Amino acid sequence: MNKLSLKNLNKEKRETILGWLMVSPFLIGFVCFTAIPMIASLIISFTEWDMLSNPEWIGFDNYKTLFFEDPLALHSLNITILFTIVSIPLNIVFGLALAMLLNTSIRGLSIFRTIFYLPAILSGVAVALMWRWIFSSEFGLLNALLSIIGIEGPAWLTDRIWVLPSFVIMRLWSVGGGMIIYLAGLQSIPTNLYEAANIDGANWWHRTRFITLPMLSPTIFFQLIVGFIFSMQIFTEAFIMTNGGPADASLFYLLYLYRQAFQYFDMGYASALAWVLFIVILLLTIIIFKTGRFWVYYEGETKRTNI
Amino acid sequence: MRKKFSSKILVYFLLISGSIAVLMPFFWMLSTSLKKLSHVFRFPPEFIPDPIVWSNYPEALTQLPFGLYFINSILVTGGCLLGELIVSAIVAYSFARLRWKGRDFIFIICLSTMMLPRQVTLIPEFIIFKELGLLDTFWPLILPSWFGNPFYIFLMRQYFLTISTELDDAAVIDGCSKFGIFWRIILPLSTPVLATVAIFSFQYNWNDFFRPLIFLFSNENFTLALGLRFFQGNYGTQWNYLMAVSLIVMLPLIIVFFVAQKRFIQGVVFTGYK
Repeated sequence: MNKLSLKNLNKEKRETILGWLMVSPFLIGFVCFTAIPMIASLIISFTEWDMLSNPEWIGFDNYKTLFFEDPLALHSLNITILFTIVSIPLNIVFGLALAMLLNTSIRGLSIFRTIFYLPAILSGVAVALMWRWIFSSEFGLLNALLSIIGIEGPAWLTDRIWVLPSFVIMRLWSVGGGMIIYLAGLQSIPTNLYEAANIDGANWWHRTRFITLPMLSPTIFFQLIVGFIFSMQIFTEAFIMTNGGPADASLFYLLYLYRQAFQYFDMGYASALAWVLFIVILLLTIIIFKTGRFWVYYEGETKRTNI
Repeated sequence: MRKKFSSKILVYFLLISGSIAVLMPFFWMLSTSLKKLSHVFRFPPEFIPDPIVWSNYPEALTQLPFGLYFINSILVTGGCLLGELIVSAIVAYSFARLRWKGRDFIFIICLSTMMLPRQVTLIPEFIIFKELGLLDTFWPLILPSWFGNPFYIFLMRQYFLTISTELDDAAVIDGCSKFGIFWRIILPLSTPVLATVAIFSFQYNWNDFFRPLIFLFSNENFTLALGLRFFQGNYGTQWNYLMAVSLIVMLPLIIVFFVAQKRFIQGVVFTGYK
């Protein structure tokens, strides 16, 4: 008996050692590429440093500049948030609408699904170049199509007012990414819920409002969070399509951070910018999480409020 | 009945017009890439180029060493993919199938790094690689992948959890070690999630522009994304060439998508719908 438990202990020990061993690449990576760099960037953010001379400790000066003296920093944060606030809900609504259209037992479902999903796998420079050409005010596709119906299109990427909407339109093109997920969610809603609702005389709106949306709300919630974090980090498209112009109207936050760090080599200020972005994303994510309590429905969870 | 019929027509109408809207940019790219330069700048534009200039493709692709960029992209993408696949699987196995003290705590750390905007660590990372003398090499792009990727670790862990432990027990009786179980049982049974991770990793690294932009400087080290941007700088108004090269850069992804479409969709659904 005693011998057996000793053997078990050994086995447990061996499993513990193996467990730590197998997880160690992640731990080493976490320490080297996440934990230490995060602390380092926090420390650097309190210095002035051009990477050539020694860093100089300047306390909160970088943060003071960021919030009170440098209008461009706040401007870039504002337009990034504005872009996100407009773009993400539109993407959710269009993605949901497409998924609901595809979920109506139509023919050719897989063809439509493929077509709508294709843009979601593409991103980066090639896509940005494509959109830059589409938005070309004189010879672009968009204004050519608008002229067919007699509308003279704006200058899009070179117009201070239209440049942000251009980015919103571009992101709508890849709405299929969310659509795929909503479609899977829709297909997993038990049909008996709809049957019961039909017996009660529910119409399309009732079914959508009281069955589809609540059942899908955890999925929508997840997409909202992921989309938000992703959208706040828009960079490549802006870098290629406008490089922040015209007149800084599309100077998204990361574009500004990139300039400070890798064009002006102001590493201290860039680190402060990075930390502010991190905190802003964290705070807004927490706020979204808190609101989730009011509209996300989890099955199996008893609802205390009225139904 | 009639109402049902007309609403069906409306659904098809919306789906077909949506499809046209989604495909139109591709068509526009293709059309521009086959035009003579003088025909590119016409308004209203001709949608079917006349004449069709196939030679735009070889001409555009020989303006810059795109063959070299392609090889570089393959090396970087492949190096990242291998690392993320192998290491993430090992780490995920430890999280999913081994019992050890502190496991859940470490797993929570792993999950929380998933949400972290990578820019917070970027500048110190740049400094580390500068001190190591590894700027303008592929190491800053590939090396972090060999410590696992939290998102892929999470994906694989979830999948490993769904594999029945009865096989493990049988293997233990046959004298198989815990690592042997991982190697001989879990991995062969996990091809769907491995394929999904491979596709995601390929897609992400092929498209990635930000990190190559920061870590690579010299022309002979450029990836396709950087080369394309360089090309834009030099031939900014030659839209027929630009669109030709852009399409070529997209092509590998489009091919992978059509070959492995099922895996793509399964993977996305698996990650996004919980």
